[in-house]
Amino acid sequence: MKIGVVTFPGTLDDVDAQRAVRIGGHEAVALWHGDHDLRGVDAVVLPGGFSYGDYLRCGAISRFSPVMVEVIEAAHKGMPVLGICNGFQILCESHLLPGALIRNDHRKFVCRDQRLRIENNRTAWTSAYEENAEITIVLKNGEGGFVADEPTLDRLEGEGRVVARYLEVNPNGSARDIAGITNERGNVVGLMPHPEHSVEELTGAGTDGVGFFTSFAVAAAEKVFA
Amino acid sequence: MPRVVVDVMPKPEILDPQGKAVHGALPRLGFAGVSDVRQGKRFELTFEGEITAEILAEAEKMAETFLANTVIENFTVRVEETD
Repeated sequence: MKIGVVTFPGTLDDVDAQRAVRIGGHEAVALWHGDHDLRGVDAVVLPGGFSYGDYLRCGAISRFSPVMVEVIEAAHKGMPVLGICNGFQILCESHLLPGALIRNDHRKFVCRDQRLRIENNRTAWTSAYEENAEITIVLKNGEGGFVADEPTLDRLEGEGRVVARYLEVNPNGSARDIAGITNERGNVVGLMPHPEHSVEELTGAGTDGVGFFTSFAVAAAEKVFA
Repeated sequence: MPRVVVDVMPKPEILDPQGKAVHGALPRLGFAGVSDVRQGKRFELTFEGEITAEILAEAEKMAETFLANTVIENFTVRVEETD
């Protein structure tokens, strides 16, 4: 499968994401923010970083970039899209996911190995995990506090759309310890922690993040997002 | 030349860590009696020619779709005279 990884000006984690895609057994295709072209990919990863310098709001300017016009259209048709950290912020700004991400409640940048529970393994990006699997992956953010109004939070919980929840420590003040969510269809996933940094023993906090990049093959085989 | 001013503020129910940091610094600087600080953004939009109803409507649209994230922020749009 071909998985596109978008690079915006200010993106940091595109190369790690491409590497994780390859470790997951797929072909990584570099996509450029200024192109109206998804190059025939089957799925898209929006990696972490500080796209457009986080000017205005994190993800607010990237959301209107030419490539995002294509990503949003494809996502509405069911293409799997994974937004990590800044990518999650872009997905919220795009209204592909509800809520928003604000500055950490403790006002400090946080960088730690974070324990999570994968509560929804029925998405295109989490099907490789057992339900309620507990994993540890890298977390690093300054504006990772997930917020949404109470009815939206209740709906996310009620519909099983909380994909991942923080365990032990809530690192950024996110409502109800939410680390990641999905859309109604389960093809779009936003996640604040970084599975792409936890795919090799040499560099990461273990390899618990690999599942996000192998799930896609599982999902494709089982036609989860057909 | 008049200009359009868009003020954007975090919604009252949304935590404002920047405002809290500013609030926390005030007593250390000797400024007493401030019970809360909320920090927002101000945009000054300058147009060619006068500000018509159409331009104001356009500015409203800009604020709604781009300048503010209405999930977490409120905004106001107004015309301001300048010297």
